[in-house]
Parts: sequence; structure tokens; C-alpha cells
Amino acid sequence: MSFMRRAVSRSARGAFAQRRWATEQVEGPDGEVWNIDFTGHNSLTDEMEFKASMGSPEPLFRVLNQKGELVSEEHTGLDKEECRIMMTNMVRQSVIDGILYEAQRQGRISFYMTHFGEEATQVGSAMALKPEDMVYAQYREAGVLLYRGYPINSMVAQCIGTKEDTGKGRQMPIHYGSVEHNYQTISSPLGTQLPQAAGAGYTMRVEGKDQVCICYFGDGAASEGDFHPALNFAATLKCQTLFFCRNNGYAISTPAVDQYAGDGIYARGVGYGIRSVRVDGNDVFAVYAATKKARELSIEHQAPVLIEAMTYRGGHHSTSDDSTRYRSKNEVDDWLASSNPIKRLHKFMDAKGWWSKEDDKAIREVTRKEVVSSLNKQEKMDFWPVEELIEDVFEKPTEELIRQRDEVLRHQKAFAEEYAKKA
Amino acid sequence: MLSRSLRTGVRYCSAAASNGLVEMNMCTAINEGMKEALASNKKSVLFGEDVAFGGVFRCAAGLREEFGDDRVFNTPVNEQGLIAFGVGLCIAGYDVIAEIQFADYIFPAFDQIVNEVAKYRYRAASNWDVGGLVIRAPCSAVGHGSMYHSQSVESYFAHCPGLTIVVPRGPYQAKGLMRAAVKKRDPVLFFEPKVLYRNAVGMVPEEPYEIEIGKADIVREGTDITMIGWGTQVQRMIDAATEAEKFGYSIEVIDLQSIVPWDVETVTASVKKTGRCIITHEAPITNGFGAELSSSIQERCFLHLEAPIQRVCGYDTHFPLAFEEFYLPSVPRLVESIEKTMKF
Repeated sequence: MSFMRRAVSRSARGAFAQRRWATEQVEGPDGEVWNIDFTGHNSLTDEMEFKASMGSPEPLFRVLNQKGELVSEEHTGLDKEECRIMMTNMVRQSVIDGILYEAQRQGRISFYMTHFGEEATQVGSAMALKPEDMVYAQYREAGVLLYRGYPINSMVAQCIGTKEDTGKGRQMPIHYGSVEHNYQTISSPLGTQLPQAAGAGYTMRVEGKDQVCICYFGDGAASEGDFHPALNFAATLKCQTLFFCRNNGYAISTPAVDQYAGDGIYARGVGYGIRSVRVDGNDVFAVYAATKKARELSIEHQAPVLIEAMTYRGGHHSTSDDSTRYRSKNEVDDWLASSNPIKRLHKFMDAKGWWSKEDDKAIREVTRKEVVSSLNKQEKMDFWPVEELIEDVFEKPTEELIRQRDEVLRHQKAFAEEYAKKA
Repeated sequence: MLSRSLRTGVRYCSAAASNGLVEMNMCTAINEGMKEALASNKKSVLFGEDVAFGGVFRCAAGLREEFGDDRVFNTPVNEQGLIAFGVGLCIAGYDVIAEIQFADYIFPAFDQIVNEVAKYRYRAASNWDVGGLVIRAPCSAVGHGSMYHSQSVESYFAHCPGLTIVVPRGPYQAKGLMRAAVKKRDPVLFFEPKVLYRNAVGMVPEEPYEIEIGKADIVREGTDITMIGWGTQVQRMIDAATEAEKFGYSIEVIDLQSIVPWDVETVTASVKKTGRCIITHEAPITNGFGAELSSSIQERCFLHLEAPIQRVCGYDTHFPLAFEEFYLPSVPRLVESIEKTMKF
């Protein structure tokens, strides 16, 4: 159905030029004239059809299959050095998770969240970004921070909240943040980071930078109210923001099938007019390729891009969760055996002789030693002094806060034996 | 339906008359303040719903034409999104003025304001902060606004650590407080009584100037009662004080200006001098900011008090259309309260 567009000049046009000029007249095939161009074309049909999707569910882009074989001609994976970096980082993350999870069980840290099964989403995407790209994460993306070089000691210091925590012991474990690594401090409320990431990406577009802001979130967080304006603002205001959804099948105990009825998070990206792709999140090559391409597209088109990485949460939601109460052990074991991203890459590298048993043993041992030594060190470390309680509420404490601080110190001194921490 | 003082218009000069002063209303003063902010820092933006054409109250008139599409723009209709969007710009090094179209509609952004904006610096131990954020919203009664265009929302946010809250009473305060809010490296909530946009007219310096955040303004000196309020209520307090003079009562009227942090020193010095205190605000009485002031003042000035601290506020109902004149803490209600306090 063709139509003609008859532009009407308006006096205010120059000041309010947008991509689509809402009051531009549109003429249809019957000669009817519309005064508003709603969706870009105003085409007509005499068939009434209610649609719940734009087609069949979007397939997952994949480069490496579960057997570790390349199945894409166009995307052939990475070279030996790059693969070794990928494997090293994924294994490292997995080892750290194992030890710190156990440390929580032993009461050495108060809380922890693991990334088992999702290592490819972290390392694959982190590797495709530039160090100056800003990261907004949810809470299950420490692998990105680790990839960027965040020290294990800093991680453990944050988990215990010691003097070496750059966050001054303010937050629960795993709420990392780092200016040096361009990683925004984690906050517990779900999804709040999404529209913030749109704002950061806006500045990058306005300044014409070779830079993006990537925002990680889960399938559950994508149900939060903040998700909607994040994508809508990013699309309408042209933000260089990558939205990376780790669809790991669960939001604590709620399976994805109870989280949404549409075609996952992918379809929502399309719904907002955002270039979107669905990938096999357990295929580190696919994650890498998709993130790299997404970054290019975002900067080229000055627009957001969405990646939905289908993966699996191999561990419990956190140390406060026992997922055996809502899923079978078989489900977990089967999935990890078949789709474990580390195993998959290992098969590929093993066939090429790029990763030996000795390599594996070595990285595990080095990592284990580093975590254990950090734990031992941080357990003996001092905490930040109580005076810090009132700092950073504002740039400078108010008179009232200073008064309250003096009250805390006075009281602490008078009742020192009642409190665990010393003045 | 408007109170007497509003019908006659709010006109007063609050700055000393001298060269370089221009008469303007509060809307223009806010426009001037924002223009100054945008002109002085290239990495600053103003956005909100309908801001591009100048805003529904015209406070942003002409700014997009002057500073361009990328710096003054519309967002889609979403308050939680636009505040969060501002956060993202701030951490990327920008100063942001984010407009909420009516304070009544700030609540979708409550999570972002309380859990993100207010906590950003503290949780990151100042490694990150959103000190460049100013959130502006028209507030308070306008004569016909009813439940959703009349609310005064300061007390919801005063309870949350990390937020700074200011309320101008006129054009001179608006421009001066705007400059201070923009310069302050902490997020600021800037509530503008909408009825004063056109009704409050005064002399305003052309050159930049600042009003210190955290300082109250003694608008009228007196010896018998300290009367404390902010925004639209200030003119009502002045009118009530003028009325009370006929009975020989001398009322000291204080414009708090800054809700958080509030000027403990000025207020307590005044109450210690007068021995009596009336706090008045449009927001409902229960848990309104008057409750905090009342508690703090009695704690600090107990032995100086000659009478219980009075609060003359909106009632514990939602803001009614038909009964607005009774609902508001009107001049007659304030006069009654003065009488009651003096005769205790």
C-alpha cells in the first residue's frame, strides 16, 4: 500500500524538529488525508486481526554448540590467546564463588551470591566492551568486575566490610562498586539501574563518544516498573546504552514462565523500537560476538541495543535461598552437565589442545590461594571508625548530623562493653 | 475561593531597592535561575514532561531555543524514569535540573528518590554521587487544584536522609535558592508553590546571587510569638501578624526557606526570645513537617515556653476542591491561633 506524504511547513518546525514530525500530513491511497503520522506510515487494512506476537519465538543465536563444536560459519570464535583469557576468567569466577559461598556457610561472611552457570554472560560481554564503557549491574555480574581487574582482596574486603572496603562497609556483601573500573555501585532495589543507564548513555551520544553504558539485569528485574521507561527513554532520546538481560530462568523461586507471557525480554526490546537479539547465554563466543556487535550498532546508530542472553542459574538465588524447595536436583544437574559454559568452552579448547589439565589445575590453585589468603587477611582487618557513620550522607555533614555523631560516640564510650565494635 | 491575601495578590519587595534590580514574578525568576545555570555549565541539562515548549507553567520558556535540543528536552511521560535518567547523567558528570510537572505526581519516583538519589553517595562512600541533581516541582494550593494539583509533599522526603529540600516564597528567594541548589553538591528537591508563579512579584537582582541553603529568613520581627512557615504560607503569616498588631500583639514571622537542613539556630533563638510558637503549613497536620519542628523546638526551648507549640495546618483529609478555603491554614485560623497562644 503506497501513500504520499505532503509536508506542511509550520512556523515552529525548526525549533521542534524530531525524527517524525507529528503534524506532517499523510495522504492515503484513497486520497484521504491524515493530519497526524502515528507510527510512521498510517497504512490501512480491511482485515481485523488481533496479534499477540510478531511471529514465532525468536531463536537463540549460537556459535558453539553444547558439544563444543563451531556451528556458525560467519562467527568462528576467538583465537587461542583470547580463548585462554575467557577460560581463565570463567574458571576464576567459579572458584571464587565456590569458596566464598562456603565461607558464608561457615559464618565468615554474612551473605553471598554465586554466578554458577552464568560465567559466559559475564566474561563474554565484558571482553567485548572497552574499559571506559560504564557498567550498571544488578548483583549477579561480579564476573564483569573481576574481568576488568577488580582485586579479589577488594571483593572480600567489601563482603566483610573492613577498612579496605572502598565502600566503607556501608552495604551488604557483593554490593561492589569501582570508579577505577567504571562499575557503578550495586544497589539492592531491583531494576533501578535500568533508566539510570539510559541517562548515562545519553551523555555518550550527545558527546559523540566511542563509549557505551551497558546495563545488566535479570528476567525478574525486567518486570519492574523501571524497565519500561529505561527502554522507552533510551529509544526516544537516542542513548548509547546496551541492555543486557541475563534470562537465567528464575527470579528467586519464580520460574520465567510465571514472569512473562510474551516472547521473553527480546520482544519487549522490539516493542520499544530497539534493535534486539536473543543469544545462547551459555555460549561465550555468541555472547562475545553479540555484545561486540551491539556496541558497534549502538554507536553507529546512536541508539540503544538489547541482548537477551538465555542462560541458567546453576546455584541458589543466594545463601539465603534453598532452591531444592522449588526445583529438582535433576534439573540443576542435567542443565549444568549439558549447558555449563565452562564445560562447553573446555570441549572446544581441549579439541584444539588450547587448555590442558595442568592449565586448569594451575588457575584453580592460584585463585583458591588468593581467595583464602584474602579471607584470612580481611578477617583480622580493622573496620572503619564509627565516626564514619555520618559521613557521605551529604558532601559535608550537617550540624545536626555532627550532633548525632557526638551522641553516638559518647554513648558508645559509656556502654563500650555492650557493643561488639570498639570506638 | 482564594484567601484574601491571594486575591489581592502577593506583592512585596524583599530585596533592598538599588541599581541592577528588575521587577519580576516568581516564574520569571525561576526561568532566570535556570538560564543562569545552563549558561554557566555546558554539561548541564534541563528536562521533564513538556519542558521543550516552555513547560505547563512557562518556567522553561525560551530555554530550548537558547541552549538547544540536547540540553533542554522532553521526556516521555514517566516520573520514575525521568528522575533515574537524571541520576545517570549526574554520574556521567552532568548537572541536571529535572522537572516533575506537579508535586502530586512525584510519587512514582519515590523509590528512585529515596532508594537511589538519597543513598547514592552514602552507599558508594562518595566514590559516586548525584550531587548535580536538582528536582523541581510545582506544589501547594492554587485555588482549584483539588486532590492532585495542590499537595505539599515536603514531609515525605524530609524523613529521608540525604535529601535537601527548599521552598521559595517569592521571586528573590526563588532565583537565589535556585543558584544555591544548582551549586550544591548534594541532590536538592526544589518545591515551587505554583500559585506564587504569577502572584508573587518582587525586585530581583540581574546579577547572580545566592541564598544560603539552611538559613531561615526573619521576615518580620516581633516579641510575642514566633510564627514559622514557608512558601505561600509566608504571606498568610504576614497578613495574620498585621491583623494581630491591632490587638497589640507583636508577631515574629520566620520563613524557614530550607526544610532540610532547617535553621535550628535562628528558630531556637527566636522562640527563646518570644516564648511562644506557631508552626503553619498547608500539608496535613499529622506527621507534617510541623511535627518535627514542634518536637525539636520543645526539646531545645522547653524552659522558655509560655504556651504549648501550636500547629495550624491542613486537616487530615485529602485536599478538597469545594472546601479549600476551610482546609487551608487561612489568615483567620492563624489569627485565632495567635489569640489562643497569647491567652494560654
